[in-house]
Amino acid sequence: MSVESMSGGSGLSRRGRIWFDALTGGAAANLSSLKSVCVADAALGGETARFIAVVPDAQNRFPRARGGEVGLDEGWALARHVRATIADANDGARRPIIAIVDVSSQAYGRREELLGIHLACAAAADAYASARLAGHPVIALLVGKAMSGAFLAHGYQANRIIALDSPEVMVQAMGKQAAARVTRSSVEEMEKLGERIAPVAYDIRSYASLGLLHKLIEGIDADAPGRIDLDRVRAELVYAVADARAGAADLACRLTSPAARKTRAASIEVRRRLAEQWRSAEQGRAGEPGDVRS
Amino acid sequence: MNTDAAAQAGYRRFLERRSFIEMNARERVRAVLDPGTYREMLGPFDRIKSPWLPLQGIVAQADDGVVLARGTLQAKPALIAAIESAYQGGSMGEVSGAKIAGALELALEDCEQGRLIFPVLLFETGGVRLQEANLGLAAIAEIHAAIIALRRYVPVVGVIAGMVGCFGGMSLAAALCTHLIVTPQARLGMNGPEVIEQEAGIEELDAADRGLIWSLIGGERRYAEGFADDLLEDDADAIAAAIRKAVSADPASAAKPRSMQVERYVEMLRKLGPTP
Repeated sequence: MSVESMSGGSGLSRRGRIWFDALTGGAAANLSSLKSVCVADAALGGETARFIAVVPDAQNRFPRARGGEVGLDEGWALARHVRATIADANDGARRPIIAIVDVSSQAYGRREELLGIHLACAAAADAYASARLAGHPVIALLVGKAMSGAFLAHGYQANRIIALDSPEVMVQAMGKQAAARVTRSSVEEMEKLGERIAPVAYDIRSYASLGLLHKLIEGIDADAPGRIDLDRVRAELVYAVADARAGAADLACRLTSPAARKTRAASIEVRRRLAEQWRSAEQGRAGEPGDVRS
Repeated sequence: MNTDAAAQAGYRRFLERRSFIEMNARERVRAVLDPGTYREMLGPFDRIKSPWLPLQGIVAQADDGVVLARGTLQAKPALIAAIESAYQGGSMGEVSGAKIAGALELALEDCEQGRLIFPVLLFETGGVRLQEANLGLAAIAEIHAAIIALRRYVPVVGVIAGMVGCFGGMSLAAALCTHLIVTPQARLGMNGPEVIEQEAGIEELDAADRGLIWSLIGGERRYAEGFADDLLEDDADAIAAAIRKAVSADPASAAKPRSMQVERYVEMLRKLGPTP
């Protein structure tokens, strides 16, 4: 991963750009002043949606953010363009926001830490969550890597996450090589572990088994989508938008799918038992009868 | 010898100071809440452990390294979530993450129904627990969602005391807090120094250079740059007092959370010019 992202050239994923151009028709005005953040409004199922992607930019002024990483400028630009969509909704039409996700990581660097990359990424997550809470259907479409803090900033606050079933589509908390070093194992050992323990695997099918995905779209040519591919993905986006509008504005749906009930059983059990104890723990308020128990 | 009263009082205060950093998570929560109001939820006797660590030959602790308690802060209902840095580096696994997210979600339900409860997060975490990887990351996204939703009703207060600090996806959670308290021993960064060194090379950052690390992401620097609201000595009473003050702040006069101050930071970054 690090070799790829440092090359600044042909090794970089073009998936984000390909799907942004395909879904917006390529001709739509890019509303962003940054080359690394693509923003356009385009038709989707009889309404206008805002499409947003983070893409590589070999000339990015921050050297550590040239490979399609979410860096300082990118995080704040995401926040700005998502918030602009919320502000535009004064007429009551809560436009869908589609995050096209192909992000290899957050930008790792000294400048980034000093200038608050954590806040830039938080601002982006904040904007997406605020849009969702304001009633905008926010859909994350995973077309490439959805890695770690970059995915937290760009996509993980969506009402619904959908993904292309392709070997290059992956979700993980840390790049494979780095994770192997940190856990003092090898890439081969990590891969073997992933076959047994779904949450540590990198491939999108393992991720789908966690129950967090709304839909895994199979049989799409992710690198060169044809008209039929595009129509199918658009249809899934429209369906996800409708489903988001019909559902709650929170992330509770990530715990209700059959896969989540199995793989995230502990997440569900924690919430169930916590809810049971929540009221009795309230008895501890100072000066109330429950106080004698302390 | 100086026997002036102010100097003596200062000296006594120093001697009587209780270190917050030296406390474990449970002691920290007790030090923060009003005396006699501590009520732990999903404590060690509930035995909700990580289902994933034993599969990888690691012993799972009965509280998964997160202490949750309800109680009061100056008689106001409060929820405190504290991360235990001594267990797996304070990492967020499925259960520890769900404990924090689930508690914040219940607090949100109460707030939505007009029963205000004030959440306080005591961070001490390296971020995602790599043995639970994607389930830790998912839980962190849910923690972010809950903080953002809760912040519309009550201030969400965060504390980073040290010595682990706050990293990874949880650094975003700290950034989302309405009010963030740090000590000089705290560190707040998205990418741990070791990870930066691994990903970007030692010329980008030497993780062994402690002076450099603290000058970059240490509590004093974070406070000076406006990324934290209070810089306090490692003093449990001072930290508890600062939390009470933040909880009592008038919401009407409160500044917008810094993660919402988009134009300000975009302008700040613009002024840096090419390749800052």
